[in-house]
Amino acid sequence: MSNYEIKRGVSLYSYQEEYFLGKKSLEDLIKVSAEMGAKGIELISEQTFPHYPNPLDQSVYDNWHALMAKYGTTPVCHDFMLDYKKYKDRPMPFDEQVASCKVDIDHAARLGCPYTRALVSIDPNVLVACADYAESKNVRILIEVHAPLHFDHPWIIRHAEAFEKSGSKYLGFLPDMGMFLFKFPPVWKAKFIRDGVPQHIADYICKAYEDRTLSEYVILEVEKMGGVGPAIGMAITLRHNAAFEPKRMLDHMDRIWNIHAKFYEMTEDLVEPSIPYDEIIKVLKQGGYKGYICSEYEGNRWIQDAFPVDSIEQVRRQQEMFKKLIGETAAAPAA
Amino acid sequence: MFDKYMICEDGFGNVTEGDDTIGFAFQARLPYYRGIGLSMVEDIAVTIDGEAVPREQVRFSVRGRTWTLDEMETEYSDRWNFGEKALITVLRAGGLPPGKHKVQLAERIRVSYLPFVPTTRDSKELEIAA
Repeated sequence: MSNYEIKRGVSLYSYQEEYFLGKKSLEDLIKVSAEMGAKGIELISEQTFPHYPNPLDQSVYDNWHALMAKYGTTPVCHDFMLDYKKYKDRPMPFDEQVASCKVDIDHAARLGCPYTRALVSIDPNVLVACADYAESKNVRILIEVHAPLHFDHPWIIRHAEAFEKSGSKYLGFLPDMGMFLFKFPPVWKAKFIRDGVPQHIADYICKAYEDRTLSEYVILEVEKMGGVGPAIGMAITLRHNAAFEPKRMLDHMDRIWNIHAKFYEMTEDLVEPSIPYDEIIKVLKQGGYKGYICSEYEGNRWIQDAFPVDSIEQVRRQQEMFKKLIGETAAAPAA
Repeated sequence: MFDKYMICEDGFGNVTEGDDTIGFAFQARLPYYRGIGLSMVEDIAVTIDGEAVPREQVRFSVRGRTWTLDEMETEYSDRWNFGEKALITVLRAGGLPPGKHKVQLAERIRVSYLPFVPTTRDSKELEIAA
């Protein structure tokens, strides 16, 4: 018997292109997700629901639950933002930050989400101050561990220590798989070339990325090669991305309760060229992960200038890949 | 993201008040994956046919309410929703002559988690019917 239970889900963030343009409704998106077997639904409420975090009509929640029931889907996570830079001339006071998080905890509870995502830059003390309230609503707050941060970064360690010290079982982590960027994504490279980066500089940056060269050296080298504007921009992406090790999740499995399966491109043969999902799933199995892995497509912004975007097909391909990697098809009889 | 969707193809035209043409307007969207509160919109810079429009001549409207850009900075409840088409009005006596015009738009938003304040730009040629 395996001690893991990896369930497939999707963040509606994945379909932002079609939702932004009004080509797909919320119901359309829930329906296609269910058809792919991505039965866990994550959402960014400030994207899905107009006016949120202002109060929403009860009908919004009723409709949400009706859709979940109709398509057999399960609410997983409401991703919240906490706009602590709301005031241009002053920081948001601590108590107001806590109060803002409680609005999101209430909202997550009303949606039926057991988890709510906190952005990585939020002060751990704010989350600790919300822990008892979150417990009273049975909603767990998960800080998103997202590149360029990672599990060995002092900021994340500070969160981990604060969570342990609090003793709360309602504070945890939501790792974004984009921090395990093993190769420079081909869709990024192609976009930078369309924006005017010379081919030889683009090739150099990709090679330097695969050589794991420190970003600052790469930026300097690109400057020496005569790179300007978009070439420097391409080199600077190395400051914000790195090939951290999936196994670094293992020390934190007791607090990892949801996962963002970030991806930039799924090829026709069901491969994400830049993120090692085979290795990631292996680690999750080893760590006995029990929870959802939610597709998070973020390729639209890299291709929309030149190509049509089909987020649904992209998510479908990633879900097919997960079926194989998780082993859902392993029980099928051999041909 | 969504840069090329910022300026909408529909809704470009002159704005009249009584018998007077007081300016022109177009529809615009946020280049962002969620809506944001209006206080976090730092600037909506418009350039028309190469000429920068002074900030105080720009008006922002959603759902029947209108703000100056300075007023937006202290609007702490209303929002510019995800994908929502706002009306951007430029006060300019006489408006624009019929024909094609180059509209350039730069939106600057303050996003809590970003270590910079991004400005995103779009440019389109739009036409006012004769």
